Amino acid sequence: MTQPEVMRLVTANRLRDGVPVYRTSDGWSPAIADARLVVEDAAEDFLAASQSGPRPLPVVAPYVVEAVVEAGKVRPLALRERIRAHGPTV
Amino acid sequence: MYRYDSYDHRFLEERVAQYRDQVRRRLAGLLSEDEFKPLRLMNGLYLQLHAYMLRVAIPYGTLSSRQLRMLAHIARRYDRGFGHFTTRQNIQFHWIKLEETPDILADLATVEMHAIQTSGNSFRNTTADPWAGAAVDEIEDPRPYCEIIRQWSTLHPEFSFLPRKFKIALSGAPSDRAAVRIHDIGLYLRRNEAGEVGFEVLVGGGLGRTPLLAETVRTFLPKRHLLSYLEAILRIYNQYGRRDNLYKSRIKILVQSLGIARLRDEVEAEWAAMDKEELSLPEDAIADMARHFPAMDPTPAPADGDAMRAALAAEPGFARWVEQNVAPHKVPGYAIVNISLKEPGATPGDCTGEQMELVADLADRYGKGEIRVTHEQNLVLPQIRRVDLLALWRSLASARLATANIGLASAIIACPGMDYCSLATARSIPVAQRLALALAPREREIGDLQIKISGCINACGHHHVGHIGLLGVDKNGEEFYQITLGGSADEHAAVGAIIGPAVKSDEIVHSVDTIVDVYLRLRADGERFPETYRRVGAKPFKEALYAAH
Repeated sequence: MTQPEVMRLVTANRLRDGVPVYRTSDGWSPAIADARLVVEDAAEDFLAASQSGPRPLPVVAPYVVEAVVEAGKVRPLALRERIRAHGPTV
Repeated sequence: MYRYDSYDHRFLEERVAQYRDQVRRRLAGLLSEDEFKPLRLMNGLYLQLHAYMLRVAIPYGTLSSRQLRMLAHIARRYDRGFGHFTTRQNIQFHWIKLEETPDILADLATVEMHAIQTSGNSFRNTTADPWAGAAVDEIEDPRPYCEIIRQWSTLHPEFSFLPRKFKIALSGAPSDRAAVRIHDIGLYLRRNEAGEVGFEVLVGGGLGRTPLLAETVRTFLPKRHLLSYLEAILRIYNQYGRRDNLYKSRIKILVQSLGIARLRDEVEAEWAAMDKEELSLPEDAIADMARHFPAMDPTPAPADGDAMRAALAAEPGFARWVEQNVAPHKVPGYAIVNISLKEPGATPGDCTGEQMELVADLADRYGKGEIRVTHEQNLVLPQIRRVDLLALWRSLASARLATANIGLASAIIACPGMDYCSLATARSIPVAQRLALALAPREREIGDLQIKISGCINACGHHHVGHIGLLGVDKNGEEFYQITLGGSADEHAAVGAIIGPAVKSDEIVHSVDTIVDVYLRLRADGERFPETYRRVGAKPFKEALYAAH
């Protein structure tokens, strides 16, 4: 079975309330399903673009996360990021 | 309890106003995150996985009922209805919005509370015996000295940029319920041969990456010199503590590199050269502070007698709770009641707003309005008449606060771990929940057993000093747990030893069960886990644990 391609997305926490958010094509969304996925080579430019725009940025400390698409759903590779996306496991 | 004077109130009001303006400027884009982060951390505000987290200081773990009701209000108004009591006797709220934090701090200020110095390279909350003022074995109530230390160390201008955070613990009794030896400075109130009360001073304890126990730097320090001696220690640390390497910046590393004898020489020389009188604590100053913590009326409360015996016989749940959670009090007819926040299957240390309200009400009705928080993440009502125990137990049971497991296997200490904390490398809470549910059915047979879990090497769950300690680590994206055995945080403090390779998350319950089985098989009469471990060594535990591997 072919392994799904590992893609990249950009995430951050929303400034005013700290909620995890994901960079979309035109802004930020609290739903990981809305995240725009890019290939590894495009990740750096995507992150830079996420940090541009009028100040203040509505988010804190954006960074790149590895993720795959499985059964149509975006799944971060790291458990930490899955917990951020879906909430505490308890 | 210590009550703020007009200076304290004015300072806190000004601080809240200052912070409110800082938040306004951050939200308006006038401050960058780099500029704002140190300001919010100075006010106890962290950014974690799902939201901001506010850590509120509970000085030496002492709360009034009014303050606990305010914490309940904050839980309900600004969080998701609960708070998390920590191993530093503080409380954390995990679902906080930055834009609401000025209002939270303003609310806290109305009950003489704040979040200052709950973060950053500063003095943190002084840990104290949660049974202070009530313990049978107490030499003297440590709270007046804790408050004196709090006032000295809050915004101390010379120590505003320490190499790293700094934690002090103080016990007024020989039984150590404050984990004194795992603190940067540990203080025990001691009586010398002349019968005078002073302090044994220890330096260099701490957990984290390099777990070390504090060593004695002075066996007896007269009370009047408490602050000048602390200041001498801090000056040596401030001067020689490393600032080039975060992992080597705590005072324990300085003690380790210099040796306790050399550190003692340095401190004593600094102290000898100081103007001690400037920081001297005259007897009347100590007495003034002690008036905030009046000694209990030594008049015995009515004996519980026949009614108590009948209740113990009729209510097995009550009898178990009295046996496990109720401790003797220095005044006859009274008891110290320990309230477990460790119901098996629940999150260790979590408490809902409704539960906080109830405990505050019960403290007013039965216990002179005072509550303590323990470093084991439980609550204490320090002065309850024994004749009121049955009614108190019934009320606590109605709110799932009467779990009779203080000191037992299901009363697990756990940090928030990767479910909340941005530093964590693995989860702590679900492991604690599974273990507690698995061990609870036989915990009375097991007896005193302290299991402590940390979700990363920073060791907020104090795993190094658990009888059984678990450290969550990430191995190629999978959660593993390193097991240490033989640790202890009491007056026989010891750092546990790693037993072998870390085990997978789904093996941890079986692994701990196996360790417990070995202990039950090998223990001598009356022997607690650390004693058995010291006597038999690691080998039988290791053989049983890794036999199948």
